[in-house]
Amino acid sequence: MDIKPVSFKRVSREESASFDRSTIDYIQNAAAHGLYEIRGMGAKRKLPHFDDLLFLAGSLSRYPLEGYREKCVTKTILGTRFAKKPIELDIPITIAGMSFGALSANVKESLGRAATAMGTTTTTGDGGMTPEERNSSKTLVYQCLPSRYGFNPDDVRRADAIEVVIGQGAKPGGGGMLLGQKVNPRVAKMRTLPQGVDQRSACRHPDWTGPDDLAIKIQELRELTDWEKPIYVKVGATRTFNDVKLAVHAGADVVVVDGMQGGTAATQTCYIEHIGIPTLAAVRQAVDALEDLNMKGQVQLIVSGGIRSGADVAKALAMGADAVAIGQGILYALGCNSETYIQDGKHISALEGYDALGTQPGFCHHCHTGKCPVGVTTQDSVLEQRLQPDVGARRVKNYLKTLNMELTTIARACGKQNVHHLEREDLVALTLEAAAMARIPLAGTSWIPGHNGY
Amino acid sequence: MERMTFDLASSSLTEMNTFLHKGLEEGDKRHISVLNPDGAHNIAVGLNHPVTVEVHGHAGYYAGGMNKHARVVIHGSAGTGVAENMMSGSVHVKGFASNGAGATAHGGLLVIDGDAGLRCGISLKGADIVVGGSVGSFSGFMAQAGRMVICGDAGDALGDSLYEAVIYLRGNVKSLGADAQFEDMTDADYAVLAELLSKAGMDHDPKSFKRIASARTLYHWNADANQEY
Repeated sequence: MDIKPVSFKRVSREESASFDRSTIDYIQNAAAHGLYEIRGMGAKRKLPHFDDLLFLAGSLSRYPLEGYREKCVTKTILGTRFAKKPIELDIPITIAGMSFGALSANVKESLGRAATAMGTTTTTGDGGMTPEERNSSKTLVYQCLPSRYGFNPDDVRRADAIEVVIGQGAKPGGGGMLLGQKVNPRVAKMRTLPQGVDQRSACRHPDWTGPDDLAIKIQELRELTDWEKPIYVKVGATRTFNDVKLAVHAGADVVVVDGMQGGTAATQTCYIEHIGIPTLAAVRQAVDALEDLNMKGQVQLIVSGGIRSGADVAKALAMGADAVAIGQGILYALGCNSETYIQDGKHISALEGYDALGTQPGFCHHCHTGKCPVGVTTQDSVLEQRLQPDVGARRVKNYLKTLNMELTTIARACGKQNVHHLEREDLVALTLEAAAMARIPLAGTSWIPGHNGY
Repeated sequence: MERMTFDLASSSLTEMNTFLHKGLEEGDKRHISVLNPDGAHNIAVGLNHPVTVEVHGHAGYYAGGMNKHARVVIHGSAGTGVAENMMSGSVHVKGFASNGAGATAHGGLLVIDGDAGLRCGISLKGADIVVGGSVGSFSGFMAQAGRMVICGDAGDALGDSLYEAVIYLRGNVKSLGADAQFEDMTDADYAVLAELLSKAGMDHDPKSFKRIASARTLYHWNADANQEY
């Protein structure tokens, strides 16, 4: 008789949950190279997020406002605590700090033009302020980072607000990096570095340590600008409750809290996926801190890290943020991860470029390589031409406009004449995790895990 | 030359700083004395004119911070971050300086007659620093460009993760930082040293100094480098 081995077809193709294909790939990559992976963008893992919250709109117990016609104010003022010249925004949606170096000069110009058209701010990044960015932005926030690349008092005086960056959501506790392929002659000169060097930004500020020193540093920036410009303090979300309180004690006008979904141009994957807390948890802690100090309304809160849609903006505002900042969403609006780039009105395939990077549109996180197939995160003189400032400016403006329309639509549905009137009471949670983190009741119940003894 | 005095015992720091920013004409070269500084922070930050500011006493944090064009003399000691991010001009501390002296300075000359604390010249971006005494640990950390002259000794991890800045040390060093190495002095080094020592008013023989610069092994992420730091 012919004896066949027993064949378990299903089991022989069973993937391990602990050692799935992606984990095996990670281990084998580590074994081959002896070096951790560096990539761009933010956390890719699924996290409790604004998607896990829903709005309770007007009905019988609340009056809605008519979706298009009735007035709904979006004006937002930042920096009312100490600055003589606070920032006035037409919409509560700002463009997050991204560096010249990570992004090309064309992109920086696009962002400035779009922000100006929409009455909002754009923000410099590690690497200093470019004329393209200053000239195209009506209102520009100038970052003071640990590296101080290109940092100089003339640009401090030229800026409309100063943002002292302690950390960023993608990598709290870590400095940035800009790999050599992106350090072209102009970037190298601005950063006082040899061309082509793999540049590591510092993780701590060089001239102060701890919150007491930060208070003096902030005072220096105030003295230098004759107390005119708002001073923001940006923290990556970790011990957010304490960090926000310390930032307020140190004298910040505005606190920026960046959750772990926030992006980066190049950081170790172990940082991106394993350090920091989700934006949802961070907003709650930041608002708690401001309320604990009785500073809500005096010190403004900007939230960033994975804000994508007008609904996300509305939820952040309802939880207590005064404004949001968007980085990655803006890049996608510019055409990041798109199959094509636009040249003089024509769509041209970028697929070959993705292929060369070993990726496809929809998955690309190769900002760190400088070989962006659509010309967004590159310093290559050929590739950067793929993003034309006219196209970029129009697309970012459209994106911001859409978000603002969605935001006001939701606010009106909730019966608010001002988007800043959105409140926690307008929200319910879909999952236990979101309910506990955001301290918002699970939909259809009054249950908040960990609250009132439950 | 026009002279004026600010007495910080009777007028506010902000009043003085605002005057120094907005009350001066382009190219103003007047001489300003600051009395009773009493360790105040942020004295004469953000200067943008070729004035001379003499501080008669001790200064707190960030004295002469982000200076452009001006000459600042502190007849006393200075706190953390003296002349931080200076662009041009000079800052001269007659006493001692605390941590982070000359941090990230892009240009100009910082002279400290006495000792400097930790992280002197950290992230230096092109300025020159001359320290008459010794410097604390982690001095010259990640210094990118510019020159540091240390007439005394240095603490641990001198020049850690150096880029293109060069350090000249007369005394002893407790330890060099990652990627920092001693190099031979050349005639160009002796000439630079002689010039800097003379500008700082210090009388040492350039031949008594050693040169420390980057071995440049950390310039690129290298799979074979075994992450030495």
